[in-house]
This record gives sequence, structure tokens and C-alpha cells, in this order.
Amino acid sequence: MTTHQWKHKDLCALADHTPDELLTILDTAKAFKGVGERNLKKVPALRGKTLVNFFIEPSTRTRISFELAAMRLSADVINISASASSLEKGETLLDTARNLEALRADLIVIRHQSAGSARFLADRLNASVINAGDGAHEHPTQGLLDAFTIREKLGCIKGVRVAIVGDILFSRVARSNIQLLTKLGAEVTLVGPSTLVPATFACLGVKLAHSIDEVLEEVDVINLLRIQHERQRKEYFPGLGEYTARFGLTKKRAERINPECLIMHPGPMNRGVEIDSDVADGRGSVILDQVTNGLAVRMAVLYLCSGGVPFAPVASAANSLS
Amino acid sequence: MNASLHIKGGRIIDPANGIDRIGDLFVKDGVIVDSLPKTEKGERGSEVIDATGKVVSPGLIDIHVHFREPGQSHKETIATGARCAAAGGFTTVVCMPNTSPVADSPATIAWIQERAASTACVNVFCTGAITKGLAGEEMAPIGALAAAGVIALTDDGRCVQNHGVMRRAVEYARHYGLPVMDHCQETTLSADGVMNEGEWSTRLGLPGWPSLAEDLIVARNILLAEETGHPIHCQHISSARSVRLLREARQRGVPITAEACPHHIALTDGELKNFDTNFKMNPPLRTQADIDEIIAGISDGTITILASDHAPHATYEKEVEFDRAPFGILGLETELALFLEILLHQRKALTLPQILGMLTVNPAKFLRLDRGTLSMGAPADITILDPDHAWTVDKNESSSLSRNTPFHGHSLRGRAMTTIVGGKIVWDLESGFRS
Repeated sequence: MTTHQWKHKDLCALADHTPDELLTILDTAKAFKGVGERNLKKVPALRGKTLVNFFIEPSTRTRISFELAAMRLSADVINISASASSLEKGETLLDTARNLEALRADLIVIRHQSAGSARFLADRLNASVINAGDGAHEHPTQGLLDAFTIREKLGCIKGVRVAIVGDILFSRVARSNIQLLTKLGAEVTLVGPSTLVPATFACLGVKLAHSIDEVLEEVDVINLLRIQHERQRKEYFPGLGEYTARFGLTKKRAERINPECLIMHPGPMNRGVEIDSDVADGRGSVILDQVTNGLAVRMAVLYLCSGGVPFAPVASAANSLS
Repeated sequence: MNASLHIKGGRIIDPANGIDRIGDLFVKDGVIVDSLPKTEKGERGSEVIDATGKVVSPGLIDIHVHFREPGQSHKETIATGARCAAAGGFTTVVCMPNTSPVADSPATIAWIQERAASTACVNVFCTGAITKGLAGEEMAPIGALAAAGVIALTDDGRCVQNHGVMRRAVEYARHYGLPVMDHCQETTLSADGVMNEGEWSTRLGLPGWPSLAEDLIVARNILLAEETGHPIHCQHISSARSVRLLREARQRGVPITAEACPHHIALTDGELKNFDTNFKMNPPLRTQADIDEIIAGISDGTITILASDHAPHATYEKEVEFDRAPFGILGLETELALFLEILLHQRKALTLPQILGMLTVNPAKFLRLDRGTLSMGAPADITILDPDHAWTVDKNESSSLSRNTPFHGHSLRGRAMTTIVGGKIVWDLESGFRS
């Protein structure tokens, strides 16, 4: 039996939290999803609170999702990008964040290229700090929305076989997924070239595979990560063509997967590279459901980190909010 | 000021002379003497120190410190660094050349020497850069640096990547009898790494700096030392495989030596789990297997010198995102205690005389210093210590201008009680600094 509780002001990494806490977020998100389905999509849970979207690294999808989540909870929202902040003038991250706090920001959602930056601020500020992606470390709300989607579509997470395919080494999405899914009892296999899926990942309690064909028929979920071949990756694999040939979810490969298998992608997609265009739009694809669920998950995270009382998994729980 | 000292009843350990006995030690006019005239014993004019129950050792020598002057005196000055040394039991330190400007010219060396002579309470020796500006490309004026009094060459903090440049520098240094010390890091392998590559870099998503990058340069240096017949010293060894490479080479008689630092045997990369930049140094903390092999190397004579890599940084510089923080931690004030706690008390890997040898006679012999011994006539650099003294590290009690230690709050056994430089007491635990 899950005890629903949440006593943290911050969400920096899923690695920091117990299975019960993670389920608390997922159950609370379920209640909030109902809010988004209604005609009037707003609840007063964070009325009077100020949220700052502090995005040092560019992002559209995640920023908008947090912004919308905050608005639906009736919070006031400010967006700051690196170029619009004093970081450009040489101010330190901590000083910029302290200034935001001095303006009485209640919640700071941070995206930053340095691993550990969310935790760094969380340890030093009274405001709630929500990690929207820190370097290659974690992207907790992405991990949560992926798990939420799996749970919604397949009914559970325990025992579900999940393949995460792509540039695992540099992926915060992969790390958050691995943490959450393994804690909740899923069987995770990481798939990609041995340079991007190095053996050290085995210590996280996952299986490793270096060919997508090995796992196609054996999984319930395939989560494809965006693959890029910019300067930094050129010493890790030779090119996108060779990647697609070995790891792309082509139409031909899609025919071999289990018909119930979910196809996921955190976006933005490279159609024709890690995923065939028709497969992205076809049966089994839950890519847009992930986006919708992201909103519910982020509402839950903002709500809980602001001291909100968790919701038990009751279908009508959202009604009590109105 | 007393011209003579009478240190009574201590356990005198002088590894250079194989001495370990209870007895008295005498100092007159800055050197060690075999006795004092009767009239002076216990009389006015001679200070008596009761060392009963304590150990009297040659003054400790640390061949790897960063005192940040010239150029970064907000982190540390030669004066404050020297006070850290004295409070840690060290009477002699060797400064690395990565100052601003870099210590790659006789003028900068002269400036440091002058500054040390007028402000430092311990002996300060200089190293010179191997290459101009530590850039790894052009040879520094090695002959002029030797004439200016540097005692070794190193590009510490950087590692000469170009093997041709390194080979010529070692060959050239040989003419001047200057040992070459190297920070072993192959930078195409370490790339933008900020911590050990392994389980914890995988968990934390921080760029890894693999042991392999150290091992490759250790192997390079072994080959160069063998080829040139000139000693190369591998600084702050952090990796198990580097220890094995060194062991094998030394068994073959290759003139290669190595040092170990306290943090590399005290802490593992798991300490980085909270992204605390006080655990960020270069080379990085590694694994328990690396610790075990380094300790084995210290025990079996593969690693012969212990050093701190004292590297102060201001709090505001360290209090940034992990990958942007500078590498390095304080070391001098916790060094002796950490080595004693780990090597003597916990692991029982070495005897006290063996450990003190690696902090006195070994570094002195390597750099040809007339110190590190209690021989008659030697400079009276003496450390009185208590290997069992239990204490708790408090960074706010540090003499450094910086506070970047990962050992704040650690309980340790072993501490210097009195530090004597050139026959003068410069510091003791009870009353602090004498001037």
C-alpha cells in the first residue's frame, strides 16, 4: 500500500526520491489530468504564487509546458532566458537566482547545461527549485511524464519491459527514466552504439544492448531519444546513416514489434533518423500523449513542491479542486 | 629570541639515519648539535621543550603546493600558505609554477624567492615551468631557471602533451641536474572531464576524466625516463593501473618516482553525489580499487613521496556550477593527520618511521635538499608531533585565505604539536604562531 506523501520543496533528481514519493507525484498528476480535460482548465491551487521559468539553455516545449502548468494552477509566471539575464554580464548563477528570490519568487524552474545546477540552487535558496533539465544529469519531469504515459496506457509499470534507444551517455532523459522505471520495477534495456551506451551503465540495474534488432520483439515500450551528430558526437559514431541502419525504428522493424508496444519519443523528433515518419504517426505511437501528460505531471510537481496535499488515486479527486 | 633549544624526552625518529629512540635533541644557532654547554641546559638563553610522549621528527617537506603568488593573492599568499604549512607540521614546501605570471622566468623566480624570504615562516622552494607559459609548446629558459635556483621543473596543472617537446625538455634538464615532475593527464582522453569516469559520472551525468588519461602519460614518462636516463617524477598519482605501471618500471630500475596525496586515499568519487565542488580536484577522486592500489604502492615502495597538492580557491570561485568550478582543495593542514589516520591507524600499512621517511628524507633526497634529517649540523627544521592526537577538522580555523576543504568535520588522529624552522619555533598547537 502506497503512503501518499511529499515533504520536499524541490525536485532536482528522481534518484533522490523513494518509489512511494514517485507514485505520489504520478497519482497527483492523474488527478490534475482531469483538470486539463475540462472546459474551464484552471484551478486556484497556486494563486498568489510567483513562478520563474529560468531557462539558461534554450527550450520551447518544456518551458511552455511549465508555463501552462503554472497558469492552470493560477500562479503568476515570468520567463527568463540566458540572453535576457545578467549571466550575460558575468553575474554568477547563484547571484542571479538570489535576485529572483529577493523579488519573492516562490518557485524557480531551471534548465541549465551544467549537471547538478538545480541541486546547487536548491541547497542555497528558500524558494522551490524544479529541475527542467541539468546537463546530462536528469530531466525529472520528463521521466515522470514518460512513466505516467506507460502507466496510463499499460496499467502498470512493474514488470513492463522498456527499451531506451539512442544517445544514452549524454541524455538526462535517459537517466531520469532509468531512475524512475527501475525504482518502480520495470525492466529497462538501454540500446545504442557501445560508445553511447558504455558498460558503466550496467551499475544502474539495467541491461545493455548494442543492436535494436536484439530487443524489438522483447519489449512493451520503445523510447527513442533524439540523436544528433554535431561536433561533440563525431568521435562517438560515424554518422546518422549508419545510426539509422543499426538503431533507427524503421517501418520494417516496426512490423516486428509486439502490437501492444508503445512507441515514445521525448521530442523534438528527427523524422527518418531515429524514427520513421509513418511509425511516429502510426499505431502504438503515444508521442503526443506524452506532451499532454507532461502538463499534468508538471502541475502535480509544482503543486506538491509548494506544499500541496497529495491526491490518492481516486478518479474524481480533481473535482475537489474546483 | 633563544639561540638554543633543548627538546627533552621525545621519541626521536630520524628516518634518514635509521634512528628511532627516546632521547633529547639539541639545537644551537639554527642547526642540530649533539649537546649544549652545561650552563645553557635549562638555563636562561635556552628554551626547553618537553616532548615526553611525543615524536620528534625532521621537519616535514611537501613538494607539491600552490601558494598563488604572484597573481592570485585573494586565494592564498606565500605568507598565508606558509602558515598553513607550519600549522600542518611542514617546515619546507615546494611551490608549483602555475602562478600569474607563470614561474617560467628568472625574474618571477626571484620575485617569489624574495617574497618568501620576507614573508614566509617556513622554507619555500620554487619549481620552474617546463614550457613557456605552461603552454606545452616552447621550452622555458631551463638553464636560466636553474641558475635562479629552481629545484625542479614541472608544468603542473597542465601536462606537456607533445611527446617531442617533453623528450627534449627532459634531455635538456639533465644537463642542469634538474628533476622533471609531471602532472600526468592526456588531454584528448580527459577532454572536458571534471570527475572520474565510472559509476558515479554515469549516475551524475558529469563528463568523465578516465584513469586511462593518467595511465597513458605515466607510461610515456616511464619510457622517456628509461630512454633519457633522467629522473621523471609523476605527481599526485590517482589510478591503480598507474601504480602497477610504476611498480613494474621501478623494478626494472627506471629512474621514475611518484607521489600520492591524502585525498586520493581518503575519498572516492561517490563523494560527488551532492555535486559539492570541494570534492573537485585534478586528478579526480577515483574508486576504492584505486585507493587500495595506491596504498599498496605506498607500502611496497612504488610510491616514495607523500604530498598535499595544497590548492586554495576562494569560496565564491568554488560556489558555482560543478563543471565551472576550479579544480583543487586545501591540503597542508590536514595532510599529516590524514596520512597517519589512514596509513598508520586504519590500514596499518606502514610504520610511523616509514611514513615520516616519505615526508622527510625521501622528498629531500629526490630534490637534493640539505634537509629532512636530524643529522648533526643539519638545519634545525624539526616537527614535534603526536600521532595519536585526536581532533576534528574545522575549516574556519584554517590559516589559509581559502576554505575549500572536503575534510571539514572529519575526526582524525595525528597532528603536529610544534613546528621549528631553522632552530626557531614558528608555531605550536597551544599558542599558535610565534610572530
